[in-house]
Amino acid sequence: MSFLPRLSRPVCSSAARHFSSSAPRALATPVAEKPVLNKEFKIYRWNPDEPAKKPTLQSYTIDLNQTGPMILDALIKIKNEMDPTLTFRRSCREGICGSCAMNIDGQNTLACLCRIDRNGGKDTKIYPLPHMYVVKDLVPDLTLFYKQYKSIKPYLQNPNPPEDGKEFLQSPEDRKKLDGMYECILCACCSTSCPSYWWNQDEYLGPATLMQAYRWIADSRDTHTAERKEVLQNEMSLYRCHTIFNCSRTCPKGLNPALAIAKIKMELAAD
Amino acid sequence: MMSTRALGLGSPLRKAIFSPSLARNQALIRTTLAKRAIQTESLPPSAAVDILNKQRLKRPSSPHFTIYQPQITWIGSIFHRATGGALSAVLYGFSLAYLFAPGTFDSVHVVEFVAGLPDAVKYTGKALLAAPFAFHSLNGMRHLSWDMGKFMSIKGVYQTGYTVLAASAISTIALIFM
Repeated sequence: MSFLPRLSRPVCSSAARHFSSSAPRALATPVAEKPVLNKEFKIYRWNPDEPAKKPTLQSYTIDLNQTGPMILDALIKIKNEMDPTLTFRRSCREGICGSCAMNIDGQNTLACLCRIDRNGGKDTKIYPLPHMYVVKDLVPDLTLFYKQYKSIKPYLQNPNPPEDGKEFLQSPEDRKKLDGMYECILCACCSTSCPSYWWNQDEYLGPATLMQAYRWIADSRDTHTAERKEVLQNEMSLYRCHTIFNCSRTCPKGLNPALAIAKIKMELAAD
Repeated sequence: MMSTRALGLGSPLRKAIFSPSLARNQALIRTTLAKRAIQTESLPPSAAVDILNKQRLKRPSSPHFTIYQPQITWIGSIFHRATGGALSAVLYGFSLAYLFAPGTFDSVHVVEFVAGLPDAVKYTGKALLAAPFAFHSLNGMRHLSWDMGKFMSIKGVYQTGYTVLAASAISTIALIFM
């Protein structure tokens, strides 16, 4: 209801004539100028075109009162207005695509879900996800992470299709077992926060992949449970987890990969 | 009026191209284009893999424990491992020393040696042995409860974490004055 009067307002004719995309200059009520609240952002930079140059922290100061509330808003403002060479991944800006995962003030999280600390006296440091090869600036190489995810066969394996030819049925209780696991968006925040994954990422699968492994082990519709457990039954794939809990502590979606891994360990121990 | 600025065509190069009086002067356009600062190089699609692999060889690894926020989760885990290693080293070291020189490293000689030390050294030494022992034992119980599926939430981790720290401090003091 509140936007009805706005609809009836005449369209600003000068803007239409000049093909301008900016907002009309003259507002009905003048807006009071907001005070300037400058904040320094220190952002990790590395350019593949100059590989000999060591990675550096570059400093940008922006006015928070001219910026959106989230870290991603600040990054986009810096890229648009100050330095178009700044490189980062982003897409949905609402925490469902997982593209803008990065290390902000020492914690892995999604830039779009992380509020800017409005304390102007303290700088905010932004790094790419820890212990990953850097493609450019804040963009890490996630090739291995995706390969590991692929290796656990993250899809339903059941050679016996349901009799009615429609869908695999599941009781509400069995469906409930998947809650807290199917919501994972594979942003890699948890895996890259895990010290075990830092030291052994060539062999240890890492929390994100292991939680998805358990998501399929726990699925009542999947018949390959034994095979799925068998591939984890070795020293490296699963048992490099030392219950550190950095994964659950950092998950921007509030999931608990450490619990899923503990459940795999308990099921493997019972076999 | 549709200005060139509104369309983002402000550069002198584009002005030259779109200006009707100069549009027919091909020679001028060619000399203007030759002054472009950035040159592009045409490569076959097959070159992409080579370029990627060359870049991959030079990629840096992003910083990790030096920039990660200190949290009781991973700092506690590091201390658990470090104290475990140190306690094992002391145990194996003392056992091997006893094996090679049983006359020097038996209980009687050790008690005699320690009794002769000044108080400050005695208490410092006891603290250095008691603190890792208390922390490692109590945190080990925390690990055992996790292995049974207990306290597997962030709240549980933090509560048990601070409980272990407090209990270790109390046990260390008790052991020092024993």
